[in-house]
Amino acid sequence: MKIVVLVKQVPDTETSIKVGDKAINEAGVKWIISPYDEFAIEEGIRIREKTGGEVIAVSLGPDRVVEALRTAYAMGVDRAVHVKVDDYVTFDSTYTSELLANLIKAENADLVIGGRQSIDTDSSQVVIQIAERLNIPHIAMALKLEFDGKKVTATREVEGGTETVETQAPVAVTAQKGLNEPRYPSLKGIMSAKKKPVDVKKPDELGATASKIEVVGLEPPPPRISGRKLEAADAQGFASQLVKALREEAKVI
Amino acid sequence: MADVLIVGELKDGELKKISKELTSAGRKIADAIGGKVHAVIITDNVDKFAGDLKAAGADTIVGANLGDFNPEAYANGIYSIIQEKKPSVVLIPHSSQGKEYSARVAIKANAGIVADAVGLSVDGGKVVAKKPIYSGKAYANFKVTSDIQIFTVRANSQEVTPKDGAGAVEKSGATAGEVRTKSLSKDLSGGNKVQLADASIIVSGGRGIKGPENWPLLQDLADTLGAALGASRATVDAGWISHSHQVGQTGKTVSPNCYIACGISGAIQHLAGMGSSKYIVAINKDGDAPIFKVATYGVVADLFEVVPALTSEFKKVLG
Ligand SMILES: Cc1cc2nc3c(=O)[nH]c(=O)nc-3n(C[C@H](O)[C@H](O)[C@H](O)COP(=O)(O)OP(=O)(O)OC[C@H]3O[C@@H](n4cnc5c(N)ncnc54)[C@H](O)[C@@H]3O)c2cc1C
Repeated sequence: MKIVVLVKQVPDTETSIKVGDKAINEAGVKWIISPYDEFAIEEGIRIREKTGGEVIAVSLGPDRVVEALRTAYAMGVDRAVHVKVDDYVTFDSTYTSELLANLIKAENADLVIGGRQSIDTDSSQVVIQIAERLNIPHIAMALKLEFDGKKVTATREVEGGTETVETQAPVAVTAQKGLNEPRYPSLKGIMSAKKKPVDVKKPDELGATASKIEVVGLEPPPPRISGRKLEAADAQGFASQLVKALREEAKVI
Repeated sequence: MADVLIVGELKDGELKKISKELTSAGRKIADAIGGKVHAVIITDNVDKFAGDLKAAGADTIVGANLGDFNPEAYANGIYSIIQEKKPSVVLIPHSSQGKEYSARVAIKANAGIVADAVGLSVDGGKVVAKKPIYSGKAYANFKVTSDIQIFTVRANSQEVTPKDGAGAVEKSGATAGEVRTKSLSKDLSGGNKVQLADASIIVSGGRGIKGPENWPLLQDLADTLGAALGASRATVDAGWISHSHQVGQTGKTVSPNCYIACGISGAIQHLAGMGSSKYIVAINKDGDAPIFKVATYGVVADLFEVVPALTSEFKKVLG
C-alpha cells in the first residue's frame, strides 16, 4: 500500500502579513503546516500502522518547505519529496495539481490525502483536481475513513450534516477537522528527522505546463465600515438603539 | 464567444439566493464583454425557477437532470453543458458542493480557476476576481489566462440587481456519466435550520454564553431574525455544540450582511471566518475584547441581559 500525503506550508495565522505588489513579503513570517494537512498526515500514518505499506509526504514550494517535510518525518512518515518551485504562484491550483498528479502517477499511490483546504488561499481545489487528473474518485471533507487497501468507506461532512460513502482505491481524500487528533512529533522523531533524506523534484522533471493564473496585484483588506460603541443606561436601551441602527442605518434587518 | 455560464444551487427544491447573485454578476460580466448569460440549474423541474432567473438577467435557463448531488455526476453534466454553450466565463457557488465539482470541471475544461472570489470586475475583456487571502489579512486580484475562465464565488458577495434577460427555458440532455463513489446514507439531523454559509444574518455565540443550556437564548434571537446559529471554536471544543456550527479558520467561512457575535472575544482564527461580514455587532462584557476592532456596533454589556432584550425588541418591530 502506498499513501501520499500532501503537506502545504502556510504562514501561521497569528503572523503579520506585509502585502507586496504581487506577493507577500516573506521576511519575518512564521511558517507552519496548514492545519488540515496535519489531519492528513496523521490519517496516513494511522492507516499504515493498520495495513502496512509506506507513507510519502509531498510538499510543493521553495526551499523553506523542507521544514514542513521534516515535521512530517518527525510525526512518522516514511519518505519525503520536495517539489521545488521557486517562482511560484501559490494561488494557481491547476499548475500545482498538475505537478503533484504527475508525481503521484509515477508513485502509483493507492491513497492520496490532503487537507480540505489550505488556510492561506482557502480554495479547496488541489486534491480534487489531482483526482480528476488521475481519473480516480475522491471523498471530500472526510470525518471518518476506513480503508482495507481496496474498499474505502468514509463519513464526510455535507451541508447540514454527514454522508457515508463508499468507493474503491485508488482514491483521493480531503481531511476535515474531526478525522483524528494529529500526534505531536516525539523528541526522538525530531532528532532522527533531521538526518532523513528529502528527495527533490523539479517542475520540468514532472512535465509542467504553464500557469493559468495571472496575479494582477495584492492589496490590503478594504477598510471596514467605521464602527462605534453604543452608549446606553441599560440592556433595554442597548436593544432599542441596536434595532434602530440595524434597521435604519445599516438597513440589514 | 463571450458568453457567461453560471451554475445555480437548490435547497429543498427551492432556489438558493446565490443562484440569483451569480446570475446578476454574470449579467454584468456578459454586458461588459458582449455575450449571453446561461443559468444552469440541476433539476428536472427547471420551469419553476425560470421567472426568478430571467429577472436576475438570464438569457437561457438550462435544466439538467443529474439526480442527487454527486461531485462526479455534477462535474460530468456541467462539463457537457460547457462544451455545448462554449462560455468564456463560468461562475460556480463556493458552496460545499460547488467547491467539489468545480475542481473537476476546471481540469476537464483545461481551464484556470480562482476559488472563493468576493469581487468580480472586467478589464480588457477578462474577468478580474478579487479574493481574501491569508485569513483576510490581504486581498488579491487575479485574471485567468486560459480560454475558459472559471470562478467560484462566495455567497452574499454579489448584489442581485433586477435586469431581465431573454429568459428562454431549455432542458439539457446532459447525463451524470460514470460515477465511482456511492452514497450509502445521509444524516441531516444535527444541522442548522438556516445554513451558515448562505445565511444573510448570523447570531453567533462564544464562551461568554457560559454553557450549552444557554443556546436557546441565542436560538430565540436567530429564529426571530431568520438567522443561522454560529459558534466559536471554544464552545465546540467544550462540547456545547456540534462542529457544523463553528465559524472560523477551522470552521466555516461566512460573509453575512449582519453577524451578531455574543460573548466572542474575536480571536484572529475566528475573525478569519467572519471578518468579511458586512455589518458586525459585538456584545461583550469586556470593552477591550479584540472583536470591537472589527465591530460596526459595539455593545459593552452582559449578553444575558442584552440578548433577551434585543429579541423582544425585534419581535415587536418585526411583528
Ligand atoms: C489552529 C487554530 C485554529 C482555530 N480555529 C478557530 C475557529 O475556526 N473558530 C474560532 O472561533 N476559534 C478558532 N480558534 C480558537 C481561537 O484562537 C480562540 O481560542 C476562540 O475563538 C475563542 O473563543 P471565544 O471567543 O468563544 O472564547 P474566549 O476567548 O474565552 O472569549 C469569551 C468572551 O466572552 C466574553 N464574555 C464572558 N461572559 C460574558 C457575558 N456574560 N456577556 C458578554 N460577554 C461575555 C468575554 O469577555 C470574552 O471576550 C483556533 C485556534 C487555533 C490555534
